[in-house]
Amino acid sequence: PRSFHNLQELRHSASLANKVFIQRDYSEGTTCKFQTKFPSELESRIERTLFEDTVKTLNSYYAEAEKIGGQSYLEGCLACATAYLIFLCMETRYEKVLKKIAKYIQEQNEKIYAPRGLLITDPIERGMRVIEISIYEDRGSSGSSSGSSSVSGSTAR
Amino acid sequence: MITRKVRKWEKLPGKNTFCCDGRVMMARQKGVFYLTLFLIIGTCSLFFAFECPYLAVHLSPAIPVFAILLFFFVMAMLLRTSFSDPGVLPRALPEEATFIEMEIEAANGNVPAGQRPPPRIRNVQINNQIVKLKYCYTCKIFRPPRASHCSICDNCVDRFDHHCPWVGNCVGKRNYRYFYLFTLSLSLLTIYIFTFNIVHVVMREFHCLTVLEVLVCFFTLWSVVGLTGFHTYLISLNQTTNEDIKGSWSGKNRVQNPYSHKNIIKNCCEVLCGPIYPSVLDRRGLMQEDSPVSATSAAPSSSSISNPVPQTMKTTAALIPNEHTPEDAKPSVAASAEKSPSPKDGDPPAPKVPPLASPETDVETSIVKDKTH
Repeated sequence: PRSFHNLQELRHSASLANKVFIQRDYSEGTTCKFQTKFPSELESRIERTLFEDTVKTLNSYYAEAEKIGGQSYLEGCLACATAYLIFLCMETRYEKVLKKIAKYIQEQNEKIYAPRGLLITDPIERGMRVIEISIYEDRGSSGSSSGSSSVSGSTAR
Repeated sequence: MITRKVRKWEKLPGKNTFCCDGRVMMARQKGVFYLTLFLIIGTCSLFFAFECPYLAVHLSPAIPVFAILLFFFVMAMLLRTSFSDPGVLPRALPEEATFIEMEIEAANGNVPAGQRPPPRIRNVQINNQIVKLKYCYTCKIFRPPRASHCSICDNCVDRFDHHCPWVGNCVGKRNYRYFYLFTLSLSLLTIYIFTFNIVHVVMREFHCLTVLEVLVCFFTLWSVVGLTGFHTYLISLNQTTNEDIKGSWSGKNRVQNPYSHKNIIKNCCEVLCGPIYPSVLDRRGLMQEDSPVSATSAAPSSSSISNPVPQTMKTTAALIPNEHTPEDAKPSVAASAEKSPSPKDGDPPAPKVPPLASPETDVETSIVKDKTH
């Protein structure tokens, strides 16, 4: 598959071929962590190390958000003292980390995944259950095994 | 086709009611919740109107002040518990559901005809303990550990504790601490009012309403203080009411609670001072809804709560283009819909045949057929 230059181009000139779902890793309990096992469908699309780096970084962000320690106690006690009304004007620590995660995923998509015809969906949009990775095929390519019925007559850009 | 923007809460499956344009989320039956409100506000109003003037003058003005603060705290905790998302897990979209189906079928291998397929269970090891994850036929996901499906609200809830009619909502991961603080503060408030009523009775001729307050407080005390004690016990062991009732960690078969830190302080800190989890439901997000103009369409324009398909077919996830999703989801949805139709319930113990056994399958079939026209 040819390389795509940006997300816009990915959307307009490629069609969705498949989706892979990276499941949660519950070995350490109910804290949010995703499996770093490399799915076979991505073998030809992206290097294993890049994928593992992405998942490990995401896991570290979630671990930071869910860490139980001095800062979370402080936040909890302060919030309780104000009957949790403080969150009407302040963001929770978790929400701050989620914003960082969204930015990170956007950046990863632009730099690494879109050029390889892949897109990562933020896990929060899937209930924090899975990391959904969409695999795109070039619309005009003849070897494409996409499920879409579109017959493309578009010329290569 | 009319395309209009709707808030996502309008298209959420499950039996919740939403208020204030999606900001408030509760169960469908709210009668007992109104009773709770009435009892608390009513008793406190009587206390402030009849006891406090006397007590403030003859004992101390701090008494009503503290009572007011406590009352506001109780109300804040009650409303937080009742109005917030308990930790509902959104249902799997068609592609994810199909992916899980394929994994299950691959794991089960070929089942000889006439035999029941094995129950859908996934084993995970948590802190050296094998925990079984069950498959939810309504939500089409393997439930995360400690999650459970609430049949009253028809949702899977993370760290499901119980469904409380008194607060009119489920109690789960996101609102358990508010629920606990509500029972704790209500216990304190009840004891406070009870005590000062008795003091008032002892100090002068009592009002007949004082007697009423004493009665309400007396009966409330036993239930609420008992409940607070029970939940304090659960918190110290890091267990949920659901696990306690089912006896999940009762110790037989050498099964122990893998989530407990084996330290009461640590368990309490985790439950009460842990991170405040965000809602994954995105109730107030906007999405496109296509409603067919023709009157012969099945159900979509009625926007009933049990109609999940428009949302699942047209998500506005930022990174996945919408225009491609229906085309590619259709073959998988249609293929799955063609399999034999479902038994009614959300969680059958050992289903006879159908892999996709859920009440929504028939709705999806009719909607998909509409869309193909």
